[in-house]
Amino acid sequence: MKQTLVLIVNDIAGVLNRITGLFLRRGYNIDSITVGKSEQEHRSRMTIVLDVESEAHAAQVIKQLNKQIDVLKVIDLTGIPAVARELAMIRVQSSLQTRGEINHIIQPFRATITDVGMESITLEVTGSSEKIDALVELLRSFGILELARTGITTFAREIDVQHTNDKKIHSVK
Amino acid sequence: MQGQFFSSAATEPSAKQFTGAEILVEALKNEDVELIFGYPGGAVLNIYDALYDAGIPHFLARHEQGMIHAAEGYARVTGKAGVVIATSGPGATNLITGLTDAMSDSLPLVVITGQVGTNVMGLDAFQEAPIFSMTMPITKYNYQIRSTEELPSVIREAFQIATSGRPGPVLIDLPKDLTANKAPFYYAERVPSLAEKQKEMTDLTQLDALVAAIKKAQKPVILAGAGVLHAKASAELIQFAERTGIPVINSLLGMGGMHPDHPLFLGMGGMHGTVASNMAFYHNDLLINIGARFSDRLTGNTAHFARNATVAHIDIDPAEIGKVIPTHIGIVADAKEALTKLLAEPLEKGDLSEWYAFLREQKEEYPLWYEKDDNVLKPQQVIEMINELTNGEATITTDVGQHQMWAAQFYQFRRPNRWVTSGGLGTMGFGFPAAIGAQLANRDELVVAIVGDAGFQMTLQELAMLTDYQLPIKIVIINNQALGMVRQWQEIFYSSRFSQSLIPNQPDYVKLAESYGIKGYRIHNVQEAYATLQEAFALDGPALIDCRVNPMENVYPMVAPGKGAHEMEGTKPPLRGVKTS
Repeated sequence: MKQTLVLIVNDIAGVLNRITGLFLRRGYNIDSITVGKSEQEHRSRMTIVLDVESEAHAAQVIKQLNKQIDVLKVIDLTGIPAVARELAMIRVQSSLQTRGEINHIIQPFRATITDVGMESITLEVTGSSEKIDALVELLRSFGILELARTGITTFAREIDVQHTNDKKIHSVK
Repeated sequence: MQGQFFSSAATEPSAKQFTGAEILVEALKNEDVELIFGYPGGAVLNIYDALYDAGIPHFLARHEQGMIHAAEGYARVTGKAGVVIATSGPGATNLITGLTDAMSDSLPLVVITGQVGTNVMGLDAFQEAPIFSMTMPITKYNYQIRSTEELPSVIREAFQIATSGRPGPVLIDLPKDLTANKAPFYYAERVPSLAEKQKEMTDLTQLDALVAAIKKAQKPVILAGAGVLHAKASAELIQFAERTGIPVINSLLGMGGMHPDHPLFLGMGGMHGTVASNMAFYHNDLLINIGARFSDRLTGNTAHFARNATVAHIDIDPAEIGKVIPTHIGIVADAKEALTKLLAEPLEKGDLSEWYAFLREQKEEYPLWYEKDDNVLKPQQVIEMINELTNGEATITTDVGQHQMWAAQFYQFRRPNRWVTSGGLGTMGFGFPAAIGAQLANRDELVVAIVGDAGFQMTLQELAMLTDYQLPIKIVIINNQALGMVRQWQEIFYSSRFSQSLIPNQPDYVKLAESYGIKGYRIHNVQEAYATLQEAFALDGPALIDCRVNPMENVYPMVAPGKGAHEMEGTKPPLRGVKTS
């Protein structure tokens, strides 16, 4: 199952290593990870999407993360209403003939063209991972030359994240 | 790095400047460090110069592995952080086993490693090892120092982290140039405090559920682990057991937490535990785990462990709760705090007469056993003699393996925090150096290192420390000329194909001891054993006793791999309904 975690961590050298090392010990594969500054000084915010075996494993991951000295907060957004966004850059094979068709396809996705060459065009799209998946699928027939996705970053929707967090951490059943 | 430790509200820096090495030594003194285990080298020369006349007793080992195990022994019996200093590169990497061992058995250490200068870090400099990233998963926390100014705060925080909550090792990697650089000595204000984080984790909301479960239970049992010992809560444990009438099992590392003669004590549980304990694990309807971590060596096949029970777990580390065994009642707290709160509740003893009768039968019918033989010395008998000579009150240290299990089975631990053994990691070569730390912590107490011949040969270079520092440690080698536990498994599970487990070529341990100025003895038979041990134990100084025991002796009873706790083999008489492998 996919587990989405948001971590508030100390912004110091080695923290990313500590977190990923922890997943490595149990052999969990990281689907995506984004790290950047948060609204507080000296604190980074990480958004991690993990592939875990079960809910029990997911609970264990949260407990292990919470134990880390540099982890100040763990928010489990799995299955919780949240706004999740990812940015993707896609370079698509495109001759002059297919350019119009591609333009039509990308319109509903609100993707924008950021670079145009003789053989290809580069698109930029922001949205949920599902939306990006869908666009990528549609463009595949044209030939995708390069694809770069940032991984998601996410906010919970108007809920008490602290409360959600506590509940998930101490639920032991 | 660690910029957040230096808020504007920091204490006023003094005008006077000190070298990093001087700051380090001063900061260690401020943490009331009684002694240091160390080994000098290029990257820590400045530190050693500052230590030269600093007045903190320093104990020089002969190998970094030996000194970190000594620090672990000190930490285990005192509860204080053992302090270790090693140089960069090989000095630091030789600490890896000890760090992992301390992490596994929750022992507080503050380990300082030298590092090459900041100008050459990462450039494959002489004696450079990336110890900061290497030790991340095997320390509770670690630091890479980037400025001399942060030293006092980091040292203070390191001690706090090592000893608070679930204890563990903390490593500080300190580049050489930063020990020469000058800076003022001051403590920065730290945000947020770790003690606060620990407090946030404490969760006693399910205490009521536990009290209710106790009231209802007909077959309750307590599993008491090392968490009880770390919290110094043996008295509370015994009171709790007596108030509720619930029998107690100790984990290997928890031995000493319950008095061996107590009628409610079932002995050690697990792979080589008592039948009564393991049957209680299988048949109970309420299992209260206090400060143990459900190690695989304790549970056996988890499918058969406490399968119809309500499982309650009190642990200071929330990550332990539900980690291995599905848990219904989770309490996150220090064992002493939780037990004190429980004792304030109106606890009632249920009618446990049927449960008692069942357990009494297990105890009486299947006691720990071995066959005495006038012609050969039995290792179990040696342990029994040591127990008799010391009245169960000595500090006992061991490595891992057969001798460790026999010590756990046949020594009657009458005092808490006097049992020093490598449990989780199972480190050969741990017992003897650990005894050095334990002896330095309690100079007037009798410390006996019970070791195997194979394990002893891994760290015997520390014999030099006994003469250097006049440590009257008694080393008892349970010498079966083999890697005993490996040999036993090969006998049972690999058709006696003793692949690389027999080591008949042994040094003359008596001469070896004598070469270090230590009195050496060799015992071949039962007749001379008691008197020799008695003489050795009565000596003012150290002694080594090489006990030539029956090489084919096995540790029984045993839960074979994959089997449940109720399927013990090698009991006498054989357990009803259990087939042997």
